Amino acid sequence: MFKWINLVIKRLMIPLLIVTSGVALVAAAEPPAPPTDFRAEDVPGDAGTAIDLFWTLSPDDEENTKPRKVLRYVISRKEADHKDPTYENIGEPTYRVNTFRDSNCKTGIPYLYRIEAVGQESLTSTPVVISEPVIASLQWFNLQRSWFAVFVFLICGSVIVFIEMARRGKTLKIRKIAGLEAIKDAVGRATEMGRSCLFIPGIQDINDIQTVAGITILAQVAKTTADYRAKLEVPTSRSLVMTTARDTVEAAYLAAGRPDEYNEDDIYYITDEQFGYVASVTGKMVRDKPAACFYMGAFYAESLILAETGNSVGAIQVAGTAMPTQLPFFVAACDFTLIGEEFFAASAYLSGEPQQLGSLKGQDFGKLIGGILLLVGCLIMTLSAFETRGEKQAEKSQSFLHSAQTYIKENILGKGGF
Amino acid sequence: MKRTIPLFISAVTGFVLIATAFIPKFVDWGNDAMAWFNLLAAFAFVLGGGNLLKMQLQKISAQQPGWGYSAVTLIAFFITLFVGLAKVGVHPNVNFPEFAWSGDYLEEGSVFWWFFEYIFTPLSATMFALLAFYISSAAFRAFRAKNTEATILLIIAVIVLLGRTYASEWLTGGFSNEPIFGENGITYSDFKLDHLTQIIMEDFTTPGMRAIKIGIALGVASTSLKVLLGVDRSYLGSDQEA
Amino acid sequence: MLKILQNLDRRWIFLLMFVAVAVPLIMGTTFPETPSGEVIAVFDAVDNLPDGSNIVMALDYDPASAGELQPMASAFTRHCALKKHNIYFMTLWPQGIPMIQSSIDILNEEYPKTYKGKYGTKYVNLGFRAGNEGVIKLVVEDLKKSYSADIHGTNLDNIPLTKNLKNIQQVDLLCNVSAGYPGSQEWVLYGSSPFDIPTVVGCTGVQAPIMLPYIPDQLTGMLAAIKGAAEYEQAIINHYPQLAENPKAKEGLIRMGPQLVAHVLLIGLIALGNVIYFWERKQGTA
Repeated sequence: MFKWINLVIKRLMIPLLIVTSGVALVAAAEPPAPPTDFRAEDVPGDAGTAIDLFWTLSPDDEENTKPRKVLRYVISRKEADHKDPTYENIGEPTYRVNTFRDSNCKTGIPYLYRIEAVGQESLTSTPVVISEPVIASLQWFNLQRSWFAVFVFLICGSVIVFIEMARRGKTLKIRKIAGLEAIKDAVGRATEMGRSCLFIPGIQDINDIQTVAGITILAQVAKTTADYRAKLEVPTSRSLVMTTARDTVEAAYLAAGRPDEYNEDDIYYITDEQFGYVASVTGKMVRDKPAACFYMGAFYAESLILAETGNSVGAIQVAGTAMPTQLPFFVAACDFTLIGEEFFAASAYLSGEPQQLGSLKGQDFGKLIGGILLLVGCLIMTLSAFETRGEKQAEKSQSFLHSAQTYIKENILGKGGF
Repeated sequence: MKRTIPLFISAVTGFVLIATAFIPKFVDWGNDAMAWFNLLAAFAFVLGGGNLLKMQLQKISAQQPGWGYSAVTLIAFFITLFVGLAKVGVHPNVNFPEFAWSGDYLEEGSVFWWFFEYIFTPLSATMFALLAFYISSAAFRAFRAKNTEATILLIIAVIVLLGRTYASEWLTGGFSNEPIFGENGITYSDFKLDHLTQIIMEDFTTPGMRAIKIGIALGVASTSLKVLLGVDRSYLGSDQEA
Repeated sequence: MLKILQNLDRRWIFLLMFVAVAVPLIMGTTFPETPSGEVIAVFDAVDNLPDGSNIVMALDYDPASAGELQPMASAFTRHCALKKHNIYFMTLWPQGIPMIQSSIDILNEEYPKTYKGKYGTKYVNLGFRAGNEGVIKLVVEDLKKSYSADIHGTNLDNIPLTKNLKNIQQVDLLCNVSAGYPGSQEWVLYGSSPFDIPTVVGCTGVQAPIMLPYIPDQLTGMLAAIKGAAEYEQAIINHYPQLAENPKAKEGLIRMGPQLVAHVLLIGLIALGNVIYFWERKQGTA
């Protein structure tokens, strides 16, 4: 018996001694302590393709130690149900980082995750594995966005309701927009002077809603030029905009009963390059001296160059854009400017079709909702700010205001919300 | 038919894209729709190029006023096209040395790069720099104290113009931190031009911008709805053939 | 006199502006700057990261706006280089590729110890992808769906820096320098805001008012126009005095001189315009 034990000890101890002596030799660089509290959660409101990982930093991962004991973390993953599961490296976040999103998961498959801290000389800590496998599950509706959905439904719903009301013959009152009244005068003046009208539909492609709005205004401008028999030129900076503009102007001339006066070549493409386009258009302005210039669409730095050149040749200028940065330039250099929503309202206004006017009322309703929400939000924030100044007696209402504030911040305005 | 089919396509795509915001499963569909548009836009380059050639050739053959510009345009167009497509002066990619065409068209030292660096870059920068000149003539003409609002605008413009430069330090740098009235009140240094500029930008410009943005967002939503529902079809042209 | 002023040819104004910009630029006058809160926020966002963090540098501008934006991009690059960060360059503008190259040149020429010959391990150039905000949506969810290879055609799986990078939610900071669309606003709307990616931007002066509302929640900080660039350069120089000797690190500061004179000229022109206006009014009523 004693002999047997002796043998076991000898056999075990000798390799153990060898191992420990080896470790002692490299003791200068020790493996870092492992991170703790490693857990995984399915990402909410996604298509079942991502899992979030969280951990508490390794105690050796300190902010100001030099040289650093932890250089990075290595995260690996394996499928729990797989026959021959091996851990595969999926990411290496740096030190002081304690979250990781694995967005390469398959829906419905249980995964096990492992994390190791890596220190100097690539020494790794003991691995930490999550206690239970996690499954990335598919959510059909992103519940985090439910408030956003409510507002989309309210605003879009009100637009549709007002359009329907207008269709049924309800008269809607719309205020006058000076810039739009000016379009007719400008075209009339161009006709009198025997000069052309220039329409610039912005420099963005047709997938930009501002370009679409510009083109719908072009339809109305073309109707006027057809009526007055004025020449209309539309240089475009995108070829898809050119084809769309051609269709639109052709339809307008047809509707005005002057299809023979429509000339396809008056609507042409120049270049996609911003300043190349500007150079060409301003050159044309200086040579041809158009009597009226319309800038309707998305504009960038070229707005002022175009409008100033137009101004210097004495053209009447009407601009419309929803680019807040370019509005000041247009306001300074043009006779009339449609600001933001006015620009979107213009086509409805000019067409005079009741159902289009209905959409404007829907827009107003949206503004009303926005205004009320702003007021309520400001009120709650202001009141709770006053309360946190240290009035202890109002603890009950403070908690209510406070929770309202947190609810708004996290659910309506938060990550999933707006 | 000419209007119905496009209308149908735009309505379906549009509503699917709205749904991608709420239904995670549809997110990829939205990306696909974007990719389709990019494909279409790429094909449209051919259309645009064709139109450009047609217009310029017409001008040259009819010897319309300014036809010389058209000639310059065409020559520049073909030279750039050739140099870019043939990758003149480009070395093969290190990963694929056996393919003479594998290099990057914008590789340093290539002819296209040379065009970009020494023609395109200075020309674009010149056009952008024109803004400095136009802003001065626009300011000279437009900033006049015609009424109260215009006067306020003018004063604010002067404060911001000075506040964004070292002039604020020169003119108001000496304002002390001492309070004007009482102990916790406003200090003299609050009236430094750069501080006033910051107040104007953060407390006046930003809320104004937000308001304009809310209006624009609503305008975008209602215009998009009009397009998707087919209420506004003017961008689609006519059903009839002219 | 009034008549001369009324009919003043605008080319005289252009000439004045030319002189106002050219003279201080040639003389190289600089003024000390005090970094504002927004600029300090940008500085801290880059500086407080641990050395060797991963930074996406999205340079969305073209040669036209390089005059205003290059100093910012260079300052971002230098600051990241001083912190030995790993940099991923990308652009949504086709003309942005040479802009990236000038930043890479800074890395190779001024910081050869950290970056020279370390393509793929310390920095990578993803180049340009068409598709505007569509590209942003893809890179924040699945980088390799839109970028399968880098600018040299090397597969991203073969580059150490990108091998394990699923998407840019994994990076530590997003730096964007942008001249318009697609640019800062799109990065905030589709990238940083929905996925909480810490983001700092540099943009042109006219864009600044649109980006201001996003600070500080969606955006950590912003550099607005040359003024922002100059303040940022000053902030870097204050912390890393070795840069004070490098004239290239003061591009923004140098451009503040012309800005000052041009602004003063503008004020003068506005004043002159008003003098003419009130003179006209007086004569009209008299």
